Amino acid sequence: MSADATPHVKGGLGQSILRKEDARFIRGKGNYVDDVKLPGMLYLDITRSPYAHAKITAIRTDKALKVPGVLAVITGKDLEAAGLAWMPTLMSDKQMVLPVDTVMYQAQEVAAVVADSRYAAADGAAAVEVDYEPLPVVVDPFKALEPNAPVIRTDRAEKSNHIWHWETGDKSGTDAALGGSAVTVSQDLYIPRIHVSSMETCGCIAHMDSVSGRFTIWMTTQAPHAIRTVFALVTGLPEQNIRVISPDIGGGFGGKVPVYPGYVIASVASIKTGHPVKWIEDRSENLQADSFARDYHIHAEVGATADGTVTALRVKTLADHGYTDAAANPSKFPAGLFHIITGSYPFAKAFVEVDAAYTNKPPGGIAYRCSFRVTEAVYTIERMMDILAHKLNVDPAELRLKNFIPPEAFPYKSALGWTYDSGNYAGALRKAMEIIDYAGLRREQAEKRARGELMGIGISSFTEIVGAGPSQTFDILGIKMFDSAEVRIHPTGKVIARFGTKSQGQGHETTYAQILAEELGIPADDIRVEEGDTDTAPYGLGTYASRSTPTAGAAASMAARKIREKAQKIAAHLLEVSPDDVEWKDYAFHVKGVPGKSKTMQEVAFAAYTNHPKGVEAGLEAVDYYDPPNMTYPFGSYICVVDIDKETGQVKVRRFVAVDDCGTIINPMIVDGQIHGGLTMGFAPALLEEIQYDADGNIHGGTFMDYLVPTAVETPNWETAKTVTPSPHHPIGAKGVGESATVGAPPAIVNAIVDALRPYGIEHIDIPVHPWKVWQVLHGGEKPG
Amino acid sequence: MAAAARPVSPAASLMSGGGPVARIQVSVNGQMYTAEVEPRTLLVYFLREVLGLTGTHVGCDTTNCGACTVHLDGKPVKSCTVLAVQANGRQVRTVEGLEVGGKLSAVQQSFYEEHGLQCGFCTPGMMMTATALLERNPNPSEAEIRDAIRGNLCRCTGYVNIVKAIKAAGKKMQAPPAGGSA
Repeated sequence: MSADATPHVKGGLGQSILRKEDARFIRGKGNYVDDVKLPGMLYLDITRSPYAHAKITAIRTDKALKVPGVLAVITGKDLEAAGLAWMPTLMSDKQMVLPVDTVMYQAQEVAAVVADSRYAAADGAAAVEVDYEPLPVVVDPFKALEPNAPVIRTDRAEKSNHIWHWETGDKSGTDAALGGSAVTVSQDLYIPRIHVSSMETCGCIAHMDSVSGRFTIWMTTQAPHAIRTVFALVTGLPEQNIRVISPDIGGGFGGKVPVYPGYVIASVASIKTGHPVKWIEDRSENLQADSFARDYHIHAEVGATADGTVTALRVKTLADHGYTDAAANPSKFPAGLFHIITGSYPFAKAFVEVDAAYTNKPPGGIAYRCSFRVTEAVYTIERMMDILAHKLNVDPAELRLKNFIPPEAFPYKSALGWTYDSGNYAGALRKAMEIIDYAGLRREQAEKRARGELMGIGISSFTEIVGAGPSQTFDILGIKMFDSAEVRIHPTGKVIARFGTKSQGQGHETTYAQILAEELGIPADDIRVEEGDTDTAPYGLGTYASRSTPTAGAAASMAARKIREKAQKIAAHLLEVSPDDVEWKDYAFHVKGVPGKSKTMQEVAFAAYTNHPKGVEAGLEAVDYYDPPNMTYPFGSYICVVDIDKETGQVKVRRFVAVDDCGTIINPMIVDGQIHGGLTMGFAPALLEEIQYDADGNIHGGTFMDYLVPTAVETPNWETAKTVTPSPHHPIGAKGVGESATVGAPPAIVNAIVDALRPYGIEHIDIPVHPWKVWQVLHGGEKPG
Repeated sequence: MAAAARPVSPAASLMSGGGPVARIQVSVNGQMYTAEVEPRTLLVYFLREVLGLTGTHVGCDTTNCGACTVHLDGKPVKSCTVLAVQANGRQVRTVEGLEVGGKLSAVQQSFYEEHGLQCGFCTPGMMMTATALLERNPNPSEAEIRDAIRGNLCRCTGYVNIVKAIKAAGKKMQAPPAGGSA
């Protein structure tokens, strides 16, 4: 090693080490829930409703029970007897496990068949006969709120499809500021319903051991501990007898946060039969019945001074929640963190209101790789900034640079009450403009426009809010949203660390090891990370909303620092000095002012079990439950260039430069991978994905034949770059990155498309921007949207 | 080396009882198996449930996602849309057959080195498609790679690093075999 080399530990912070978890995945040795096979295991399949709203007048199970291999059929009436026909949702609503008399969306579970084989269960499910009496269907949330609309949830005291109203901000101040603004713009924006479509669908194996009373469930869940507690509360089973195992998960994106009826039915089936019962949904069931994201109808207004300084923001939104409010939000936030909507700009006044409605659709309000409605907020403000720029006839980059919250204003308190931790928004945008040669692109666009060619450039300068969260405001059903790490150093200096979170592909086995390597001076290769077994991992709220690094990652640091505190005493003992004379420097304990006199963490670890000093307990381990003092606020600036084919209306993303700032970077390779994936999941709703319903509530987009997940062909070669503005309150300055790109990308793409179509006089086009919508614009057809 | 055909017992998880069964003989990753299956048994469930080769995944029911891709007589097929009886007398290769003699294939090694996977669920099918492409064309252009994997969906990676990995694997396969690291 050369004398000037910065001291480092192998696999510490900032190193692109390769992923530990890949060893099993590249060999086909992952352990996903459908790979688990238990002796005596039975299989569950589900009969589903063809109607979006109907009375069930009869369920006949005799033919199903005659199918060879079928052992039982479970209906809502069976569950009702056990008090389990309905289950509570995270938002204090309730959701049917199996219906007793009414179905409320197409593909809803109606009956379940247990059989000794996968195929027999499917045969049995097809043989269940159900008589329905169709009821009026409500699919449009605006119509749902009309006075004479059929009431969907007749079980509620309130005979209306209105679920809740939520508002925040200064209404009268905002009204006055907008009224007094020299310039105002307003726009309706619809963010349609989309589905996370993780490549692995949902499923479980439930096993009630009637002898020991032990209930074990292998389950595709992003939040195993919370599930264990909810199971205990709902079923009355003692919590120590419940074990939730979340094995390898094939993508989550928020879709594996809720408890779906299938999990509960499989559990009941296991209790009933005494056998382990496996339920694995197929893709169509996954797309048609699992919780969805978005479905926000937004009306936004922005005010500005004549010179383009933003003054006020007013937003009114109607949220379509389907037949129940089963949103996966922190309990105090029915509209999630939608009030991050003032974005990267210092609005003095803002007011946001959201109303939620029931419709005959499956439940909504899960994330699609975003921190609780942040995507909806960012899309709105970033579209509105472009609309304002156009109204003012200024370049959208210039308008943003003029308005950004300046770096010296942090910590910055937004008009809607958030305290942003750190940011340098102009730095990120300038970097993106330089990389993509913004000025050159504008010149090229002018030339092309003169020739009648359609090229557009779109910017998005987003601010996220992630890392839920501080316990004074963030809880789920009362459980505070801390997260945890338990770190043990073995006598030979090797480490096992367990966490309350659960990776679904993010690479926690690698990145948590890197944080610990940095804090403990032990190579990442010597650190084993485990998650997803509630019997062994410390309690935590799970992985979603980019919270793992801000919460459990911070807990890793804090647990390691607790270990260092104790280790310092042991090191002092070994070095025969007072603990005050020892300092942790360059990944080892040194005697202050005595070069060369030092002990490594490994030496200390050995001593902790073989030669610990009097007055110090043996062993070397620590647990930390980290309650973050604030949220983290990752940000970035994206620039997208599109070309539009005038003949077909096809949009092609030619270039996309993403400059992200997620604070301190743990593993640059993994961060880039997260951004590539996030950009693709931002591209998807902007250009391809949408789930629609016809007037009868029939789903369109219920299979991969017509729900268009992007392939390698449509998506561009994403270009990424970084700025680094550490979070001042996180132990290593990291902010979380898994969702930034999903949040930031859609407005950049739509801004580019609208920019290309300016010659046709449009201000907005709703997503997904399918070629037919563009074609209509080009041919002066009906209004797009 | 020709191994003896290994008879495998019908998988309880697949046999619904009472129906007709077909006798098949299939070579999987070089090992010959004989088995009795229901004629409707899909190849993917034969591999997963009868042979226990769970590296091949099921991601959809419409032949769109490619998570179940395996090689049938050297060509990539979606094993959720092939019946086990159609594999009778033929050669199947799955992700478990890529590593030979404890050495990762160039495709496996490159997916690892280029961070071409995240959750790992699409990865086996993606690697089988990539392997088939590179066996046909070890030096594909980016457009050829993207076109080859258009039937394999990945929700995590945004494809950029998968494309890089396939390119890198092609280079490895062209390089002289001596001294390669794995």
